[in-house]
Amino acid sequence: MGIMNNKNLLNLIDITVSFEGFLALNKLNLNLKKGELRAVIGPNGAGKTTFLDVITGKVKPTKGEVIFKGKSLVGRKEHKIARLGVGRKFQSPRIFENLTVKENLEISVSTPKSPLNLINKSIKDEQLNEIERLMKIVNLAQKIDSKAGSLSHGQKQWLEIAMLVGQKPDLMLVDEPVAGLTDEETDLTADLLKSLSGENTVVVIDHDMEFIRRLDSNVSVLNQGTVLCEGTMETIQKDQKVIDVYLGRPED
Amino acid sequence: MSLSKFKFDRKIVLSFWIILIALIIAAPTLLPVFRLNLLGRYLSLSIVALGVDLIWGYTGLLSLGQGIFFALGGYCAAMYLQITSSSEFPNNIPEFFALYGVEKLPFFWEPFRSPVFTFFAIWIIPALVAGLIGFLVFRNRIKGVYFSILTQASLLVFFNFFNGQQKLINGTNGLKTDVTKIFGQMVGSESMQRIFFWITAILVIAAWFFAKWVVKGRFGNILIGIRDDEPRVRFTGYNPVIFKTIIFSIAGGLAGISGALYTVQSGIVSPQFMTVPFSIEMVIWVAVGGRGTLMGAILGAVFINYAKSLVSEALPASWMFIQGGLFILVVTALPEGVLGWIQGDGPRNLLQKFGLKRKIETYPSLEVNNKDGNNE
Repeated sequence: MGIMNNKNLLNLIDITVSFEGFLALNKLNLNLKKGELRAVIGPNGAGKTTFLDVITGKVKPTKGEVIFKGKSLVGRKEHKIARLGVGRKFQSPRIFENLTVKENLEISVSTPKSPLNLINKSIKDEQLNEIERLMKIVNLAQKIDSKAGSLSHGQKQWLEIAMLVGQKPDLMLVDEPVAGLTDEETDLTADLLKSLSGENTVVVIDHDMEFIRRLDSNVSVLNQGTVLCEGTMETIQKDQKVIDVYLGRPED
Repeated sequence: MSLSKFKFDRKIVLSFWIILIALIIAAPTLLPVFRLNLLGRYLSLSIVALGVDLIWGYTGLLSLGQGIFFALGGYCAAMYLQITSSSEFPNNIPEFFALYGVEKLPFFWEPFRSPVFTFFAIWIIPALVAGLIGFLVFRNRIKGVYFSILTQASLLVFFNFFNGQQKLINGTNGLKTDVTKIFGQMVGSESMQRIFFWITAILVIAAWFFAKWVVKGRFGNILIGIRDDEPRVRFTGYNPVIFKTIIFSIAGGLAGISGALYTVQSGIVSPQFMTVPFSIEMVIWVAVGGRGTLMGAILGAVFINYAKSLVSEALPASWMFIQGGLFILVVTALPEGVLGWIQGDGPRNLLQKFGLKRKIETYPSLEVNNKDGNNE
């Protein structure tokens, strides 16, 4: 396979996902370099979430191959993929509302993730330090023992991002991290994600253009299950195909 | 579930335990034999309820088939008692075999000659059966109502099997234990019943500590995570199948211990332990007592059963209505159960409704928060 490249952390090759005839993804190709920050945008129904589902093992592609760190992910169980180093933040914050902020983070930083380890041993000191560090980053240090369900929407989003970072994934998949956030929170989130890239590889899905612009990264535009074009924000904004998709084709 | 609000003083906790232990020691002299025996039986039921609380209250698995494991534990105990008390019967095997012309002991009875084997079998066999059923079900990602239906179907399969096997385990008649002997004493005798009461009381406390230990730390948090959002647990790198299998197996083991203790105190084990209503009742005890509180499961099992016997003595046939009404009341008015309601803000809210207590004017969390108004 010619596109396979050792420097790439992730290769999606000709991914097709068909739900009873409907093509959610159609021969999608996408490559990510290690340390890259990539924004993925696209109109509703373009296949953005299915694209994440394929990488994380929730959906098995009808055709195509997902290569992560040189290994195929297709057919692996979700928890195995997560342990290989793929972390995911969901569209609406998915945190454990009946647990405290600290307990949520404990779940994410604990390794190994076996029942025996969890029931027998108490959490390691370096993991506790990591939790403290994460809570400072996302500004939740005061909320350590609060039930996660009592946090505000923005704090929940940040807690989930902190949980994602705590998992120490090589690849972070972040689905609409700023949905429902204030402008100020949005800016802080963009800065946070930017600071994570470099060390981590981050894919951000969103359709908030201001936010994407602030990320200042390469952008992939999805449409009808395939990559329409890739490039910097300026390039894609000038691209006629993108304009058509976003602004609607002129009627002729 | 705001357990953190409910912190007792050390002295109160200590005196609670002293009173409890004194009551347990004194119970046989305070209560008539009949009542003591009932209390012992209901205490043994609280152990199966603890298991239900672990799998349902904490992990969200509503099993309607705990009767399987309860009965298995009971059968293990009864088989041991029958076989060790069968020396005066033909062929030195339990008496009932002669009714069906069986002359040779079925092979699976043999190991139950050993008290050590029986001691372990009582909890390990139900735990293994539960683990196996659980693993197959969980691996196929069967959950929610489908899981409940499957456990109930398994219960019916076990019930019908045990009911029809006269030549193996006396079928529908079950195995009697009260006229068997243990350590040279009649199991049904007053002195043995007193000992069984004490053993039960100690095991309830032990089971409670064990269950608390299971749910205390990160393991328990994963169980709650599975209950609230299983896919999220998966994507964080945990395999929910293993966790669910372990906890289902633990609940099965607890049910087995419970069934054995219940059997020796009620004098018989029979397929009646595996009827559909009985397993549903176990769920009701936990629902009424309080899901996810552990102590609620114990209190629910003991009090509902005690109420059942008192009501049945006074107004026979009315218990089913009361039990049904209680369940409806809890589901609609106290979804967290009685203990969950008390531990939450239930009593204060109730007093406020009647104007007996002032409302809290500020957020209780306000003063512990940071200054930049970042509190929610």
